[in-house]
Amino acid sequence: MKNKMYEWTLHEARQALRDGQVTSVALTEAIFERIEAVEPKIDAFITLLKEEALESARAADAAFARGEDLGDLHGVPIAIKDNMCTTGIPTTCASKMLENFRPPYDGTVVAKLKAAGAVIVGKTNLDEFAMGSSTENSAFKVTRNPWNTDYVPGGSSGGSAASVSAGAAYASLGSDTGGSIRQPASLCGLVGLKPTYGLVSRYGLVAFASSLDQIGPFTKDVEDCAIMMNAIAGYDVKDGTSIQQEKPDYKAALIDDVKGLRIGLPKEFFGEGIAQEVKDAVHAAAKIYETLGATVEEVSIPNAGYALPIYYIIASSECSSNLARFDGVRYGFRAPEFEDFNDLFAKTRTQGFGEEVKRRIMLGTYALSSGYYDAYYNKAMKVRTLLKQDFDRAFESVDVLLTPTSPTVAFKIGEKTDNPLEMYMSDICTVPINIAGVPAMSLPCGFSEGLPIGMQLIGKHFDEKTILRAAYAYEQHTGYAQQRPSL
Amino acid sequence: MSEMKFKTLVGLEIHAELATASKMFCGCTTTYGGDVNTHCCPICLGLPGTLPVVNKRAIEFAIQTGLAFNAKIAKKSKMDRKNYFYPDLVKAFQISQYDMPLCEHGHVDIETASGKKRIGIERIHIEEDTGKSLHAEDGSSLLDYNRCGVPLIEIVTLPDMSSAEEAGAFLELLKSTLEYIEVSDCKMEQGSLRCDVNVNVVSEDGTVKSNIAEIKNLNSFKAAMKAIEFETKRHIELLERGENTLKETRRWDDAKNETFHMRTKEFVQDYRYFPEPDIVDFEIDADWIERLELELPELPEARKHRFISAYGIPEYDAGVLTSTRQMADYFETLVNSVGDGKLASNWIMTELMRRLKDEGLELGALRFTVEQFAELIAMVKDGTLNQNAAKKVFRRLFEEGGEPKAIVEAEGLVQTSDTGLIKDTVDSVLSANPQSVEDYKNGKDRAFGFLVGQVMKASKGKANPQVVNELLAEALKNL
Repeated sequence: MKNKMYEWTLHEARQALRDGQVTSVALTEAIFERIEAVEPKIDAFITLLKEEALESARAADAAFARGEDLGDLHGVPIAIKDNMCTTGIPTTCASKMLENFRPPYDGTVVAKLKAAGAVIVGKTNLDEFAMGSSTENSAFKVTRNPWNTDYVPGGSSGGSAASVSAGAAYASLGSDTGGSIRQPASLCGLVGLKPTYGLVSRYGLVAFASSLDQIGPFTKDVEDCAIMMNAIAGYDVKDGTSIQQEKPDYKAALIDDVKGLRIGLPKEFFGEGIAQEVKDAVHAAAKIYETLGATVEEVSIPNAGYALPIYYIIASSECSSNLARFDGVRYGFRAPEFEDFNDLFAKTRTQGFGEEVKRRIMLGTYALSSGYYDAYYNKAMKVRTLLKQDFDRAFESVDVLLTPTSPTVAFKIGEKTDNPLEMYMSDICTVPINIAGVPAMSLPCGFSEGLPIGMQLIGKHFDEKTILRAAYAYEQHTGYAQQRPSL
Repeated sequence: MSEMKFKTLVGLEIHAELATASKMFCGCTTTYGGDVNTHCCPICLGLPGTLPVVNKRAIEFAIQTGLAFNAKIAKKSKMDRKNYFYPDLVKAFQISQYDMPLCEHGHVDIETASGKKRIGIERIHIEEDTGKSLHAEDGSSLLDYNRCGVPLIEIVTLPDMSSAEEAGAFLELLKSTLEYIEVSDCKMEQGSLRCDVNVNVVSEDGTVKSNIAEIKNLNSFKAAMKAIEFETKRHIELLERGENTLKETRRWDDAKNETFHMRTKEFVQDYRYFPEPDIVDFEIDADWIERLELELPELPEARKHRFISAYGIPEYDAGVLTSTRQMADYFETLVNSVGDGKLASNWIMTELMRRLKDEGLELGALRFTVEQFAELIAMVKDGTLNQNAAKKVFRRLFEEGGEPKAIVEAEGLVQTSDTGLIKDTVDSVLSANPQSVEDYKNGKDRAFGFLVGQVMKASKGKANPQVVNELLAEALKNL
């Protein structure tokens, strides 16, 4: 075990609590000490909740003293992306529009974490309304990569990734619409899982694109990921798209055995635009799997090339409608001067939203407009069906797919801000997964010039267990999960 | 051109709030009124992060409405988003249905002075209601979101009505049907039933027609009918002058009895409909539909025909008695106790309805029970009370309530058929009115009625009129 408490994994921290080696208060104080040290360098948080966290920690310690144990998160400091509603605590979505918005309710995942006794340390930075791949689109701050603070942490859940990577939380929650958990996990050297659409309740997650959004965890290793999934997965009556089914124990999937596992390498994910060192790292991982007894074969997702354009049509269309409610009437930002209510709407939205958000609202509004609907939205939905079928077909012959997560390692802050299309390319390997609704994890598989490389394991619908097993086995035979940035 | 004859085409769009206990997508109450913004929660306020979960009962009510109007129920349906900005629309989109409504191709038969007619129902879909803007005197707007998220059905007819009367008959039938199947309370004054009218006119040879005008803000069926009449006249006058109407939305001004321009439809608003991603498509199987059909009560038209044949009452009376489910239920309960359909019908049609109307009361507010009413009618039937005395008892019942038998006793109203007693009264009346007796003998039949009246008066209304008639005729014959 590492010397410093903040370097522990979640399960190490929990074990130390169970052993009586530390108290939750001590753990929480150590985390805040770390936050105070690194936050000036990485800017991972929008809101810090030190007082509330210490109070939760004291409650956890009191419960431990009574012999109670609420499970693997009890007394453990966790961070939450600032697009998930927390009662009475600002939930800004990194937008001027919601700068002062304090929700009157807890989102389902937040309620679950609280019920599990987790200590919530703060709300993390993101690209405004989760739109972006670098966390540079926040209205408040630019989060930096703990491995090298001149580089982006990825996005949109950059604050959640940077906080865990820097030891400012043992785990965090992010949301993933087109790669917003996996790409920052990849760039920050973490395990990040986007669950199957419908596995984790979206109730309380401020919607970006409703048919693509999923909440998932950032953790330092695969075991921690299983612990987080055990806490947040499951049917929720408040989310009409959540699936009613028996909840598996994800920790039971942590088996160091991939003998006979069939792994597919979809060739379309290794093409142009993917950096050589990334391809090499993923191919090296495939070799390791073979030595562990898995079989590896090339497969095809023929329509993968359409994923990015249809993603930008579907996601933008849905966001143009989801974000229409921010009109200055009931809550959030309101333009100080206006003539009538149409003027109020226009001025509030012009002044309250950032450039990227406005760009996507305009794209989506256009795509849904009468006369264009069939050519854009409707056609995109048809291709979406084809892409889903591609994945179904691929999974007839393999159990998991292995691909790069991000086409490159982290890029420099400011490098792509002037070129939205280049920025959109960051998600080329991750968006097809949201479109198909299947689960996928990014986990570290190498380094290039001191920056982490991530690989992506994609599973069948609701087969997170196979992903976890494949990831766990890989992790047991490689050392990447033990690497920490020297910040 | 002045010789040209025109036909009016009227189509209606009706919004009815569904009488579910909770709102369309959350658990808030649908109760009308309440302090402003107290029937709300994060979901119906559309707060960031909230999600809609469909109220299954609302879907069922919409399907039952479709069944009542002979519509085809979709096997597969979905919700869509209708996007527009307005302060009373919390999410800036309304969850509605666009291209896959729950019900399509229905119809209903109406009856007016000009006969029976079938009116086509194009579609019935489900959607959520909006909040309400309240305009303060200082020009600012305040918002009440209590109504926001209450389930609505929108019923769209084909332009099959050709007069205000037909539209009125359709609306009455629609209202009574929705009330019968208990899916809506249809209170126009509370906005739970709202109606827009589309109207234009076309020349009989089909060569000339006016543009369709949509009329909003119709707060009663009467207003809808007056607006149709007003528009018909306006359209014809314009066409006869060689002009045409605008494609426009107009508002009804109830005070001035006229419509006025609201906005043109030249630039159609683009609602950017698309499927609601937060609600999965739903499938409606035959079993479900069958179960909902079994739940439906007898509909007004069927009930009316059964009343005519089972109780031998006139078609008009049967129509009145079945105009609301409450009244029809009341009638049937009364018949079951009284055992005489005609008598029960007469008492409701004359005494009860007249008083209800005069006092502006609902059946539910009566001071007496249907059993007490039946008791009263039974006393008429068995000759205990004559008609006049019964009316007196009814008045007491209606105004104060109480036991009919006790009222009869207290007022000494029991009818007498004691021939000896009546004979004495007849004799004294005859001797007191020699002129009338003379008139009668001279063939003036009216004098007989007068003499009956005098006997009844002398008996303080207690004499059995039939016995009075018989004894008086006999006495006059014997004079």
